[in-house]
Amino acid sequence: MTGHAFDPCEKCEEVMQPYLDRELDEVQMREAEEHLERCSYCRRRYRFEVSLRRYVRTAASEQMPLGLREKLSALRTPLQ
Amino acid sequence: MSEPTQQEARRIAEEARDRVRFEEEALDLSDQVYRVARHLAGSREEAEDLMQETYARAFRSWRTFTPGTNLRAWLLRILTNLNIDRGRRQQRAPQTTSLDEKGDYYLYDRLEEAEGKPLDEERVIERLSQDSIVDALAHVPHDFRDVLVLVDIGDFSYADAAQILDIPIGTVMSRLHRARRILKGELAEEAVK
Repeated sequence: MTGHAFDPCEKCEEVMQPYLDRELDEVQMREAEEHLERCSYCRRRYRFEVSLRRYVRTAASEQMPLGLREKLSALRTPLQ
Repeated sequence: MSEPTQQEARRIAEEARDRVRFEEEALDLSDQVYRVARHLAGSREEAEDLMQETYARAFRSWRTFTPGTNLRAWLLRILTNLNIDRGRRQQRAPQTTSLDEKGDYYLYDRLEEAEGKPLDEERVIERLSQDSIVDALAHVPHDFRDVLVLVDIGDFSYADAAQILDIPIGTVMSRLHRARRILKGELAEEAVK
């Protein structure tokens, strides 16, 4: 596909992140969906991005340390 | 003369009730705020300090919060400001040099290349360890990482992230774009070692 004045896969790569973020307008959203339906190259990369995001979110989610909530609660204004 | 006193007493009681409600709602969000704070700060200890400073300030200035608006975003706005005030960075201008930035499909393409065949998208993720993700995230320069952490871990919209960081939405989009590319570049180096 490379070498063309308009490369749909290049365009798809460009809108992939806002598409995943649900930040495209309706027309752009439909264009991206139509391309993904037709193009297995971009579809594989799309599925990969979805899994990667989920994984990053899970891997980076750390529970609050034990006792921190109590420390924060102790900062409340005492009731008079 | 007892009327104004009663009114005053009622006002004080109402305010105390509003304050307690605010404090409880803020505390209920602490786990979610910490999840973001952990990656905005350099370490667990810093994140913990930052959380305490944030909540101390939030409890002091609770009256400036508009009920019905996004409390989590409000808390994170305090937190990111404090983080900057703490002198986390020498200069606030984003680092623009020596970022080894790759295309959006770079990580997938490198992994596929290493595998020698089309990838099973779910399975390939297993090549990335939890530690490698946390390390790669820590390698993303602060200004880019702030946006990435708010959107991808904190699940904030572009508009919320713009408000929290007090930057234009276009800047959120461009930093996010670069941050994800940098992160994927880091992960690719790690995964195909």
